[in-house]
Amino acid sequence: MAEAGGLKAGAIALQRFGLGPKPGQGEAARAQVHDRLLAEIAAGRVAQPEGVTFSGAAEIGKALYDFEDQEKREREARRVAVAAPASDTQMASAVPQGLPAGSQNQMAPAPKPANEPALPYRTYRDEVKARVDLALTAETGFGERLVMFWSNHFCIGATKSNMSRIMAGAYEREAIRPHVFGRFEDMLIAAESHPAMLDFLDNRQSVGPNSLAGKRRGRGLNENLAREIMELHTLGVSGGYAQADVTNLARIITGWTVVGREGGLGLPGSFAFNAGLHEPGVTPLLGRRYDQPGKAQGIAALTDLAHHPATARFIATKLARHFVADTPPRALVEKLALAFRQGGGDLSSVYRALVEDDAAWRAPASKIRSPQEFLVASYRALGRKPDFGQIIGPVGVMGQPFWQPSGPNGYADDNAAWASAEGLKTRVDVAAGWGRQAAGSVADPRVLTEDVLGPLLSPETKQAVARAESKPQAIALLLMSPEFQRR
Amino acid sequence: MVDHDDDDCERMTPSRRAVLGAAGALFAWSFVPKFAYAAAGARDPRFLLVILRGALDGLSAVPPIGDPDYAGLREGIALAKDGSEAALPLDGFFYLHPAMPNLARLYRQGQATIVHAAATGYRERSHFDGQDVLESGQPGAGRTESGWLNRLIANLPAGEGISRKGVLGVGVVPPLVVRGDAPVLGWAPPRMARAGGDLTMRLADLYGQRDPGLARALAQAIETEGLAQRRGMAGEQKGGGGPDTAEGMRRIAEGAAALVGADDGPRIAALAFEGWDTHANEGGAKGRLANLLGGLDGAFAAFEQGLGPVWKDTVVMVATEFGRTAAVNGTTGTDHGTGTVAFLVGGGVKGGRVVADWPGLKPEQLYQNRDLKPTTDIRAIAKGVVSELFGLSGPVLAEKVFPETGDLKPVQGLVV
Repeated sequence: MAEAGGLKAGAIALQRFGLGPKPGQGEAARAQVHDRLLAEIAAGRVAQPEGVTFSGAAEIGKALYDFEDQEKREREARRVAVAAPASDTQMASAVPQGLPAGSQNQMAPAPKPANEPALPYRTYRDEVKARVDLALTAETGFGERLVMFWSNHFCIGATKSNMSRIMAGAYEREAIRPHVFGRFEDMLIAAESHPAMLDFLDNRQSVGPNSLAGKRRGRGLNENLAREIMELHTLGVSGGYAQADVTNLARIITGWTVVGREGGLGLPGSFAFNAGLHEPGVTPLLGRRYDQPGKAQGIAALTDLAHHPATARFIATKLARHFVADTPPRALVEKLALAFRQGGGDLSSVYRALVEDDAAWRAPASKIRSPQEFLVASYRALGRKPDFGQIIGPVGVMGQPFWQPSGPNGYADDNAAWASAEGLKTRVDVAAGWGRQAAGSVADPRVLTEDVLGPLLSPETKQAVARAESKPQAIALLLMSPEFQRR
Repeated sequence: MVDHDDDDCERMTPSRRAVLGAAGALFAWSFVPKFAYAAAGARDPRFLLVILRGALDGLSAVPPIGDPDYAGLREGIALAKDGSEAALPLDGFFYLHPAMPNLARLYRQGQATIVHAAATGYRERSHFDGQDVLESGQPGAGRTESGWLNRLIANLPAGEGISRKGVLGVGVVPPLVVRGDAPVLGWAPPRMARAGGDLTMRLADLYGQRDPGLARALAQAIETEGLAQRRGMAGEQKGGGGPDTAEGMRRIAEGAAALVGADDGPRIAALAFEGWDTHANEGGAKGRLANLLGGLDGAFAAFEQGLGPVWKDTVVMVATEFGRTAAVNGTTGTDHGTGTVAFLVGGGVKGGRVVADWPGLKPEQLYQNRDLKPTTDIRAIAKGVVSELFGLSGPVLAEKVFPETGDLKPVQGLVV
């Protein structure tokens, strides 16, 4: 394709399917992008980020519960100190709560180092940093783009609770990354059974009304996760289900929960099926009967949802919209849906159909990069590595902080959302900052612009960069040029 | 509910039943449009739409404590009319959540109307489709090319100052309701140092030569920034919470009020507050929902203060995609439902009343035995407000702004 479409098509493809070139590698990457994409699909795996604090959810859960217990003890200690001051701690009792310096209260534990955030945020910070580092080193970035896509499709929100904050990174590592080149049903089951998802969409609290716990405690269903599984994760909102199906799926997945701090059913913070919460009996869903015992009932229902034709079409549409155009070519969507169905949800087959499709390859670069893509592509192009503050600030102001969409439908994926007036103005502010940061390390912005944009570079952008009043401004103009912004 | 025997929807004065006064007594009254079509040139109105994303629980925001079935449905989150955390009295049947003292005051001053048992025409329970219907103004989901506020502007008479000034969409990502062909201005609370004007002008020049879409967006951003500077809003205001915190809501409301209040500013704006999807641990007089309602209440105060002299010509409409289940769910929260409340607040509102055709809360009175049954269409309220404020004709409203709503007559008499 690169041969047929030429270097310009290769240049667009590198941005469309990947994260853009790194300094000095633009020309080779553009020439080989087609083969490299297919090789990535054939290799069939994405790397895991390195340097994170916890290996996985189970280890995190224990640390989180320990942290929360410790916080509780500290609060109580302060309360005791205020309520009943001994003679030698009278001064301490007059000091406002939360002042760690030189506490005379012997009961208070050693204060945290100054400016060190609490464990959940610290963990989130390390996970974000590790994820971005990996995206900066990836070759084409296709696998990382797919991680971003699926992580958004099965999104959780890190601001909901301590648990979702501390587990956001582990969720992506455990539920998404292992299955990006695998089968859709495996990713679906991994996502819906992950403690972070069960916490985010409340299923850990859902109780079958006729289960042991339901009868004893008068608790009941919470249908939040069940609805979003069908609406957002599998069938799509027009996929042909009704309110009764939502309630029935909620019944089917009662008992899918997170082990509490007592660790009765396993390691604290890990997934568990709690039979005492599970709604007993045969439950219908979308015209089928589910009579399996326990957790197997939910697995069977999710497996059928994964193979439903509406799911194939929904996923095909989202992938085509993400990579090709806000209104993707109908034939391309049909082709991807067919590949999904014929492969039984094998995602590599779908990607191969996408990358080998002529329309996907030749469509004009119409989509604006999302803020996270813009961040990674910019730091790749500049050959630099941001610290955490340089990551979280810009993606936050541009409206796409990591793992924090405003709802379970994830971040928007079209130009109406990202190419707005205020959004674009904010990008200009961000690019101006990056220009100032990188000015010392970029020898000649004109050379960098040629290297990064290659055959995409227009005479107008070339002239604008050359005539910039300063090096920071020249870099900002490169990053904000239409050729860099659109893919 | 709406009387259909008058074919001239521009002049119609529908009778509607409304719950007013003590103990839910039913009253009937006629709306008399005072200056609906002469008024457009006579005043310089402002309209702000606040969208609450996530589905507001109307039965907690405006609890019908006078309904004998209310308390039993809401174990653990019901509000009471007595006690230390009592709900604020409205009319003896409906009460207001105690986190909203500003709204209670505005109601007493005749500057707030509460619409209850309301919804759009959407009857499924997807947040995202529900919000699309609320914002696109289309009869169904899936048609998201433009929003109804944008089409409203586009259909004002040519040369009208309001349409030239465009519609303001607050947020880095503008809400769908303002998107479309008419000019869209954008603004968000600034959180980082702004780029120099020179870089921005160079990019405007580059986009002008290479990329019309980016050129248009940047030109609009430059225009809004100029307006913000003239209003003294250029100072650095870093930090602050997001649109799901009281602090964030206040800052957004202050900014929108400053821009919409300017002589040369937009007359119409939309903004969104988030976090209303209270599936678990919703809380009663205190707690999660109470914090959000307190934020909304603070936004009302910020609008009133920021709009100052033009508050008397302002209508703020607050709407959400749908309501929540009438009964509390298994986790002391509520799941997605149907009927809910909408608020009309401002000096331009003929307020001090609750507009509701109350359906009741017995199982057979609920929509699908589950949700508060909607008896008032939010679009009929919106059509009534904007027709009186901006003088749009019935056919334009029924075909362009809210397509295929010819049968849904604008509710009149909502504006002073």
